Amino acid sequence: MLATAVIVLREVLEAALVVSIVLAATRSVAGRSAWVAYGIVAGTLGALVVAAFADVLSAAASGLGQEIFNATVLFIAVAMLGWHNVWMTRHGREMAVNLRSVGTAVQTGAKPLYALSIVVAMAVLREGSELVLFLYGIALAGPGQATELAGGFALGLAAGLVLAVGMYFGLVRVPAKHLFTVTGWLILLLAAGMAAQAAAYLVQADILPALGESVWDTSYLLPDDSVIGKIMHTLVGYTARPYGIQLGFYAITLAVVLILTKIAEGSARRPAV
Amino acid sequence: MSKPLRALSFVWILGLALWVPSYAQDLAFTLTIKDHRFEPSELQVPAGKRFKLIVKNLDPTAEEFESHDLKLEKVIPGGSEANLTVRPLKPGTYKFVGEFHEKTAKGRIVAK
Repeated sequence: MLATAVIVLREVLEAALVVSIVLAATRSVAGRSAWVAYGIVAGTLGALVVAAFADVLSAAASGLGQEIFNATVLFIAVAMLGWHNVWMTRHGREMAVNLRSVGTAVQTGAKPLYALSIVVAMAVLREGSELVLFLYGIALAGPGQATELAGGFALGLAAGLVLAVGMYFGLVRVPAKHLFTVTGWLILLLAAGMAAQAAAYLVQADILPALGESVWDTSYLLPDDSVIGKIMHTLVGYTARPYGIQLGFYAITLAVVLILTKIAEGSARRPAV
Repeated sequence: MSKPLRALSFVWILGLALWVPSYAQDLAFTLTIKDHRFEPSELQVPAGKRFKLIVKNLDPTAEEFESHDLKLEKVIPGGSEANLTVRPLKPGTYKFVGEFHEKTAKGRIVAK
């Protein structure tokens, strides 16, 4: 049961951390729970569909369907995270300065919440489809597997939730004045890490060159498949043996989002459009 | 040419140089998954040569071929096969597992 729980935890971890960061980043925004819930539901439904058609997906694009799908899902999340950060620089200050008058920001905020809803959906979709296939495999192994399945799933999910809740409450203890700065950086690193991961899928598919097989190797220190490695992977994009091109994608994502944020900051200083 | 531009084109050319020869590949090895075990569980391959790794999943349920050593990760639905490209390896041992049945589904590639 423990082995099952560990796999479940590994698969839900990323989505759980993404959800907690998104919830912290949208603190004081009315209706955000509903948006996050839509994202989770849409992602779960999507994961079921992807799992059901796993063979079709795998065979697509001459056998590279899975890699291209995963990279696409990640790039969509990266774009939405970046967009959210740019939007926050325009409207976040008023929200932080006066939490009571967020009414107007929330109205104009329909778009970024939509973006974060998509981010949540993408996170659930990608890992969720693997989880569904894994659990389905256990279920097919026989009726004696019911405890293994239910127990392992519940335990793994609970552990993921505990981590996410801990992360959320840690974040919202940050004073409101700094909260959006902190979540802004978290979202930026999340986006850069996802871009680097997408690049790895495209290297696996032989669509992108590796530009260096392993720029460093810290697998003896913090292996990719350890729970802490996985947490660091999600939060800052940690990879024990990154390809050169992964570092490139990471740096470019950081640079692009930061530059767009600076531009947005400049226009935010002028009277509201 | 400006400095950053020159650096960029250098990276680009380096990338192409590393990338293009990769298309010459005809070496292929096959792994079979049955009863959540790999057959063979140890694969001998030549070092420094790119090859195709065909993983056939004969089980009715999906398996996720995963190797952090090889930086590969792919779900293989039940009763299907996947083609993976393994990039030139330095001599050494590279572990892989079936993530969904890690207890039994494990093996290694030895590059010589």
